Amino acid sequence: MLADKDRIFTNLYGFHDAGLAGARERGGWDGTKAFIDKGHDWIIDQVKDSGLRGRGGAGFPTGLKWSFMPKSDPRPSYLVINADESEPGSCKDREITRHDPHLLIEGALLASFAMRAHKCFIYFRGEYIRERERFQAAVDEAYEARLIGKNNIHGWDFDLVVHHGAGAYICGEETAMLESLEGKKGQPRLKPPFPAGCGLYGAPTTVNNVESIAVVPEILRRGATWFSSLGKPNNTGTKLFQISGHVERPCVVEEEMGIPLRELLEKHAGGVRGGWKNLKAVIPGGSSVPLVPADLCEDLTMDFDALMKVKSGLGTAAVIVMDQSTDVIKAISRISYFYKHESCGQCTPCREGTGWMWRVMERLVKGEAQKREIDLLLDVTKQVEGHTICALGDAAAWPIQGLIRHFRHEIEARIDANQAAMSEAAE
Amino acid sequence: MSKKLIIDDTEIEVEDGITLLQACEQAGAEIPRFCYHERLSIAGNCRMCLVEVKGAPKPIASCAQTVNELRPNPDGSPNVILTKSALVKKAREGVMEFLLINHPLDCPICDQGGECDLQDQAMAYGVGGSRYVENKRAVEEKYLGPLIRTFMTRCIHCTRCVRFMTEVAGVDELGLIGRGEDAEITTYLEHGMLSELSANVNDLCPVGALTHRPWSNTARPWELRKTETIDVMDAVGSNIRVDSRGPEVMRILPRNNDSVNEEWISDKTRHVWDGLKTQRLDQPYVRRGGKLRPATWEEALGVVTQKLAQTEASRIGVIAGDLCGAEEMFALKSLMDRMGVANVDCRAAHEAFDPSLPRSSYLFNTTIEGIDDADAILLVGTNPRLEAPILNARIRKRYLKGGCEIALVGAQVPLTYRYEHLGTGPAALSELADGKHAFAEILSKAKAPMVIVGAGAYRRFDGEAVMALAARIARAAGKDKAADWRVFNVLHTAAARVAGLDLGFVPGKGGLDTAGMLEFAKHDGLEVLYLLGADEFDMPPPDDVFVIYQGSHGDAGAHRADVILPGSAYTEKSATYANTEGRVQLGLKAVFAPGEAKEDWAILRALSAQLGHTLPFDNLTELRAAMYKQAPQLQRIDDVTPATEDPCSALIAREGKVSDTPFAEVISDFYLTNPIARASRVMAQLSALKAAAATDARVTPFGTDEASVQYQMSPEA
Repeated sequence: MLADKDRIFTNLYGFHDAGLAGARERGGWDGTKAFIDKGHDWIIDQVKDSGLRGRGGAGFPTGLKWSFMPKSDPRPSYLVINADESEPGSCKDREITRHDPHLLIEGALLASFAMRAHKCFIYFRGEYIRERERFQAAVDEAYEARLIGKNNIHGWDFDLVVHHGAGAYICGEETAMLESLEGKKGQPRLKPPFPAGCGLYGAPTTVNNVESIAVVPEILRRGATWFSSLGKPNNTGTKLFQISGHVERPCVVEEEMGIPLRELLEKHAGGVRGGWKNLKAVIPGGSSVPLVPADLCEDLTMDFDALMKVKSGLGTAAVIVMDQSTDVIKAISRISYFYKHESCGQCTPCREGTGWMWRVMERLVKGEAQKREIDLLLDVTKQVEGHTICALGDAAAWPIQGLIRHFRHEIEARIDANQAAMSEAAE
Repeated sequence: MSKKLIIDDTEIEVEDGITLLQACEQAGAEIPRFCYHERLSIAGNCRMCLVEVKGAPKPIASCAQTVNELRPNPDGSPNVILTKSALVKKAREGVMEFLLINHPLDCPICDQGGECDLQDQAMAYGVGGSRYVENKRAVEEKYLGPLIRTFMTRCIHCTRCVRFMTEVAGVDELGLIGRGEDAEITTYLEHGMLSELSANVNDLCPVGALTHRPWSNTARPWELRKTETIDVMDAVGSNIRVDSRGPEVMRILPRNNDSVNEEWISDKTRHVWDGLKTQRLDQPYVRRGGKLRPATWEEALGVVTQKLAQTEASRIGVIAGDLCGAEEMFALKSLMDRMGVANVDCRAAHEAFDPSLPRSSYLFNTTIEGIDDADAILLVGTNPRLEAPILNARIRKRYLKGGCEIALVGAQVPLTYRYEHLGTGPAALSELADGKHAFAEILSKAKAPMVIVGAGAYRRFDGEAVMALAARIARAAGKDKAADWRVFNVLHTAAARVAGLDLGFVPGKGGLDTAGMLEFAKHDGLEVLYLLGADEFDMPPPDDVFVIYQGSHGDAGAHRADVILPGSAYTEKSATYANTEGRVQLGLKAVFAPGEAKEDWAILRALSAQLGHTLPFDNLTELRAAMYKQAPQLQRIDDVTPATEDPCSALIAREGKVSDTPFAEVISDFYLTNPIARASRVMAQLSALKAAAATDARVTPFGTDEASVQYQMSPEA
């Protein structure tokens, strides 16, 4: 369990002052100038050494990503921070932006400096209105105190632009976000070229998650080895877990990477409703990752590699807990509807496939289907997965694949029950 | 530089920067596609062109990745690309299945049937049956104007149409709204599309979602006879294919010619087709008792012969119109030479061209393809968007590539690219010529500048002086440039003009030009006026002039005529045309002229025999042999004879006083510029649509012309 002294987000619950004075009391903006004086590459190396992996879901090493940015290019470089937190189950970025905004602002300055960017955009989810207001107030404070802006006290000209989206899930995809920032329709771009080569306005751009950026100042303050000493090898540091669903006390909590799932739930969320035995399944990383049934949860640890082994993923670490009362088919069907609704419609497999998958799922919920359609559905998910421009197609396919992998018996039972009821009615 | 690849066991070396799709095609592999189009930006959204790259985790959309973006193999061996592997086959079948689940499969009643990409590729890459048992999506039809019929349920969202309208046509009229499976192509407010190039989206549509409304459900592609010929609606000479069934032209489609129209044609070129069937002069007429009455060829030719034979040569005038082929102009000119008639002209009133100057003084010397290389363009008295929409699209293409400054002297019209507006008339031109304007410096610093002189500049009383000013600008701009780069360009509006000038269809010694003839007629001087398809007059000749009209359509000329000799339209004869570049192209006969109408050269040949001045040719081959002797450049079909001599000095020598009158807009209604277009119902609809949108954008049921307004850039913009 994470010791209090190792917490990065010390105002996660908003009990203290979120403003600049409060942030300073908690150690924020301390020694920032010194880090900048050590140079661009020092920061990148520190982040690399810390083993920080991107907190947005894919888990790509953050320091490595930063090192892809060109060192000398006539074009300006940009940092874009992804605060379009729309994945069902995820709610960590809102806590950071409204309660610990200065960690993020300081991180944005340091990350931008490391990548030689003078401008950073932060893209807020459309529904995060109060969060944006709170964050904007903190940005204004930072400008006022000349922590950021032109001719600031850190000696690196830096502008932070708060941009408010219009509430589309797809705009959380990094290239769709760049399109949306440019004022266009939020549709993902073809890759390559990747944003580091040709991103926002055709300039080199790095897109990072809020949490990835917000932990940077503390990594620099306490040292890369401190961060890498937490968690497990290749899965280092702390992580904000968001626990929702059938637990006694749903919460957002900062914990070490690799904490056992059971410990996480029982220590922080009061345990599964009705006891550990009542657990049916867990979606460990937000709606897009496949669920994990209870029998695999026993010794499950919460990190990228362990979850990959059970064919799921850490995602954003949004843990959705489902107890035995859950109609798991209906739950996944609802997720299918979400992806059908949020598909941008640009490329064929996702546009057509998400609707198809959802419609079959709806029938499976009622058992109004043939058993062979389970395999058909699985085949359709395979036809979507890996054939689309962005990862939304994969995200729509995986939950269904997880369902069929682990709960096929339940789907078949429901079809049987329905057919029995139908034949009874016919007699 | 080149890159080595192994595509389906074939090792191939391809040039840098090409896409995987192109590389696969070079290796002989066929890649299915819907959204990819050579002349549009890459969307990569249909996912039909997926290929397998050894070592890559996922199949790759081959249209969207260049060969250089492939991750090199660790051992340095060339990348292996598979286009026929099981993975690729499965991926294609999957995508095809997705495309078809919400497609209505109504091929038997679809106008695209027989030339449908989806149909063809479903045959090749689809599976036999459908596994989809849910309800299919239905999408409401959209109103996109009189040219486009929509069946939006068939749409596969490839966005070719959207990309064409924004990129090539240059207006944001079409877009994809909504998202996911509810995404729809629409003009947002469902107003009719007002671009001059809008009907090209029907060609681009790979399915039957957008089809041609005017000729919908009239013919199947496999029952049509296809004739490759040349368009005469403007002086670009777009390459077209005329599809006919029996005696009837059913439709007109573009042909690919990178040097001229690429693969676009204007809406007028395409949909003037119904004008070929109405208002036709299908038998000779002679005016008796003030009324035109049907007559036989013998009677009509007899009346003409008598009149011409009785009249003094100096009191006969001959004017050739905008749509004539070179052959009939040559025949008429030869006949008039024999009769000693010097009042001969092929130019509209006050057009300042002189064939005695170097040929380059009346040609678009840079060539249309040359626009791609230009880096500064000065437009003088022209609205290329209406005078030559295809050429305008070429300028836009150049503009989009970046690094090309464009300026305009003349009426401030909405073009599809940003330009600097330098002034409305000759005053601004004088400033440029004297080097007093900043743009003069841009022109002289440019590597490949162009000066394009349009009809608003050369078709006026002081046309020669204006041309001289433009030539002075061109000469200054052309200093120290590549030896073969020609700065001075003329943009014609009439398909017949360049060939007419090449043949010297201008007043002989002591002869009168068009304006002179009309003036002479007003003062009882002119007795007979022979109009060869000439209709574009400001004022009709007075009643006491005997007018002979030879042409295809009952328009201004025929209404005033005393004798009508029915000729053939451009789809009904084999004729030579030289476009504004001087590119000679041969039009072919697609159908026969209606009724008793004849080919124009044959009418003139018959008339010459009756007049006793028999022309020395009995067929087109003999006629052309004689014509080539006089104008050898006309035998270089499909080719431009490069202008060797710079026209500037000769033009500058004619410098004179210019008036202050601003350059006029010569085309007031794009859709009604010639007799065929004026006979077309579709053109009338389009004209009304445009007029309605222009007069009161808010009240019309068709919405607004926002798109054009948006591009009406002010000089400050």
